[in-house]
Formats: sequence, structure tokens, C-alpha cells
Amino acid sequence: MPNGLEIIDVYIFVLAGFLGFHLITRIPPLLHTPLMAATNAISGIALIGAIAVAGQNYNLFTNILAFIAVTCATINVVGGFIITNRILSMFKNENKSDNP
Amino acid sequence: MNILQLCYLISAILFIIGIKSLSSPITAKRGMQLAALGMLTAIVGTFFDHRIVSYHWIIAGITLGTLLSLPISLWIPMTKIPQRIAFSHACGALAACLIGAAEYYNYHMEITSISMGIIGVEVMLGALTFTGSLMVAAKLHGLLPGRPLIYKNQNIVNLSLFALMIGMLIYICLNPAVNAVFYWLLSLSFLFGVFLVTPIGAADMPVVIAIFNSYGGLIGAAMGFMLGNKIQIITGALDGASGFILSMLMCKAMNRSIMNVLFGAFGKVDTKVEKNASHQDETKSVKTISTDDALNFFEHARYVIIVPGFGMAASQAHYALREFADKLKANGVNIKYAIHPVAGRMPGHMNVLLAEANVPYTELFDMEEINAEFAHADIALVIGANDVTNPSARTVVSSPIYGMPILNVDQAKKIIVLKRSMNPGFSGVDNELYYHDHTWLLFGDAKDSLTKLAYGFKRNWGH
Repeated sequence: MPNGLEIIDVYIFVLAGFLGFHLITRIPPLLHTPLMAATNAISGIALIGAIAVAGQNYNLFTNILAFIAVTCATINVVGGFIITNRILSMFKNENKSDNP
Repeated sequence: MNILQLCYLISAILFIIGIKSLSSPITAKRGMQLAALGMLTAIVGTFFDHRIVSYHWIIAGITLGTLLSLPISLWIPMTKIPQRIAFSHACGALAACLIGAAEYYNYHMEITSISMGIIGVEVMLGALTFTGSLMVAAKLHGLLPGRPLIYKNQNIVNLSLFALMIGMLIYICLNPAVNAVFYWLLSLSFLFGVFLVTPIGAADMPVVIAIFNSYGGLIGAAMGFMLGNKIQIITGALDGASGFILSMLMCKAMNRSIMNVLFGAFGKVDTKVEKNASHQDETKSVKTISTDDALNFFEHARYVIIVPGFGMAASQAHYALREFADKLKANGVNIKYAIHPVAGRMPGHMNVLLAEANVPYTELFDMEEINAEFAHADIALVIGANDVTNPSARTVVSSPIYGMPILNVDQAKKIIVLKRSMNPGFSGVDNELYYHDHTWLLFGDAKDSLTKLAYGFKRNWGH
């Protein structure tokens, strides 16, 4: 059963929004692409919602929708963290740039 | 507090630490590994949710998703990162949209107006972000033409479609049980995503990608509200803030408003035609230069600033560039890279490509940091960058790019521009820089030119 709008949830949303605003304004343009890849990966948290719906066995139609949702969210989670790691591994400072 | 909530709390903390760690390239990698650990904690915790009665759909989805994620994460070349990120936005949006639709399908007879509003927003934004992001990815990948596709009354069509969707959303909030309206809203939202991106050109994609990133966050938060899931609300708010800030930064770097980027393509054609026509009258000439003469300039240079743009990504010239820069450095030349915020097709695009070619990030400088230094540079080497170097953004009020902050390339003692042809950049504006008396154009594929320069420089340095 879908939840209504609980006031505590709204508080959480607003506070997390402010926190995000402060954290992200401090990220240098150098890391803006990895930031996008990272927020992609983290937004894959939709996977847990999709899992909860997929596991409840309402009916076939719901299960198929939830299955697609689980697949899509997993692409973001797995793919997102791998590519973020790949991008961040490329950033080297001068002292380490001699490594192969 | 049960185990599940504890898992979610831990993962929320790890996500926040992960985002915080991105404030420095030194801490970033470790931080994101912690965030990945947080994600694992949340997923494993969810497996023990008492509501889950069967696992086969879950396991099938996770397996398939993992397999599908490998080509777009392990094997994709870095030059394709922008379209890959756009594709990822599409996946996330579709997931949230489908879960919203599934919840509605199961409970539409009994939900309240407020729940309906949340589901409606989630499904609407999810659907338009899905098709919109696919359009972005297709444009960036070259499957669709990158220029804006414009027809008459486009803005009126788009705005009335949007107004209709809002009307349907309000109607369905008041009457949640009316099935047909919901599915119409869903279909129209898919359509609207396509319409929204059609008139936007490839060079404006940094803003559009950032906007869809922000929508992705809002959709996630809406899904969190719907399922009563605090961790989804927190990550949704973080993502939303991230996308919002990035789109603001990108707009500021182009001196345009978000409204102008989304709906501005229509007015653009007129100015473009007018501008080109006015330039026909003036007879200006450009100076071209051969590789050998260019090498002669570099022989005598002490300080070179390199200005990369989308052309570098298009011709995959970043490795050749780094090779040439290495030769210069070995000869005692001071090298810096000047990165404009909207160079390339997404925020930070140039930084990633140069990092891939092993350029240390300590040599990469933002516009504010480097602009004062151009006056001291012997040579500014421009590689496939156009509008971000155009001095008319400072002086010509009638120019479509007037007011856009640019790199002060024109202040360098000599300017060498690697260019494929004389075609103007995305904005359709002729670049005044090319007509300066201390500017030389080196025509040809950027990768070939740089390879020749790197090879030639080695030879000269040898004796």
C-alpha cells in the first residue's frame, strides 16, 4: 500500500537537500564527471524499492514490471560504481604519473 | 529499530561520506568504495525484508542487470562517457516509473489523493526523463542528428502538451480510481520527453544531462515517499541537489538561463542567419600555418597553455596531445591546460579525457584560475575549441554568445588553432579569434596534426 506524505519524510528530504547543496558546491569542476557517475550509481538505491515490490508476488503483471525495474536499477548500481571507480583511477597527480 | 532500518542508516551515512569525499581527487576513490559498501549493505538488508515471499524475480533481475551493466561500465571508452551517463539516467528513471505504475495498478481503488499525487509526479517525471535521456544519448552517440530539430510553433506544442499533463495530474489526484487518465498521462509523459529534447542541440547537452540528473533525484525521492523508504528520500535529495547545482553551473558558464536552453532553440535560427549574413560583407583573412612552422614557434616557447574542446574528444586526440605535451615538457616548456566549464558534452568531460591520457590533474586549471595567465603565455594551443575562445562574447552585443564567460586565449602572445575546417562552432557564430594578427590556423585532423607535431619536435630536439 503506497504511503501518504508523512511530515517526517518531508523534513528528511529538506535537510538532505541542504546537506547535498553544501557538499556538492565544494566539489571541484575537475570531478564533475565522476560526481555524475557517482550520483547515478547511488540513485540505483531504487533497487531496494524494486526488490521489495518484486518479492511480494502480487500478480504476474506487477512481477514483470518489478523485474524490469530491478534489472534497470541493477544496471545503474553495478555499472555506476564500476565506471566511477574506473574514472577516479585515472586521476593521478604529478608524483604518481610515472606509473605505467 | 529493526535490522533493516539499521542497514539503511549505515548506508545513508556511507553515501554521504562518499559524496563528501568527491571534494578532492585524493580521497574520492576511497570514498566511493565506501559508498559501494553502503549500497551492498542496503541491498543485503532488503533481502531480509519480511514482506518478501519469493526471490526468483529478484535474482533474475539482478543477474540480468549485472550482465547488461558490464558493456557500459568495463569496456566503454571514455570518449563515450556522456552518452553512457545519459543512458544510465534513462535506466534509473524507467525503474522508478515502472514501480510507480505497479503500485498504482495494485492499489488504485483505495489510495488517497496525496499518495496519488506522489505516484503521479514520480511516473510523469520518470517517463519523460526516460525518453528524454534516451534522446540525449542518441544525439550524443550520433544515432540522431546533433543539431536542434525545429519546426513551427514547437514551443506552443510543447507547452500545451505540458499544460495538458499537469491538468491530467490534478484530475487524477482528485479521482485516483480513474484508470484511463493515469495511463494516458503515462503515455503523454513518454512522448513529452522526446519533444522536450528534440529542439536542443548537442552542445547544450551538458545542461540537459545535469537537469535529467536532477530529475532522477526527484524521482528517487518521490519513490521514497511512496514506499515510505527514508534512504531513498535521502539519496534522492542528494542527487537532486547535485543535478541542480551542476545545471546552474553549466548555465552560468554559457550565460543562459535554463528556460533559454530548454526553449531557446526557436529564436536561435534567426540570429544565426543574420549573423552569418553580416559577416559576408567583411573581407577578413585568416593565416594558415604548416606543421614545420608551428614547430618553429614551439621551439622558442617557454610557456604553453593548451585549450581543449569537443573537437579533441571527436577526433580522440587526447593521447597524441599528451605525447606532444610530454616532448615540450622534456624540453623545459611550462605546460598548463585551460578547461572551460562547458567544453565538451558534459560537466567535466575534458578533465576525464585528459586524465585517461595520463595528464596529471595538477596541470588542469579551471577558467577562473587560468584566465589571468594567458597574457604571460608564449603560445595558446587551441584544440577543437571554438565558442569558448571567441572574444566577441565580450564585445559584440548582438552576438548570440554575448556575455558568455570565455577563456582569454586572445591575450596570449601567439595563438595556434588546430581546426578541421572553417565551419563555425555550434552557436553558428564566426570566431573573431581566427582573424587576429597573432593567430595561426593549422588545418587538419587534430590527432594527425598533434602526432606530426610530437614526432617533429622529437627530431628537432635530437640535434
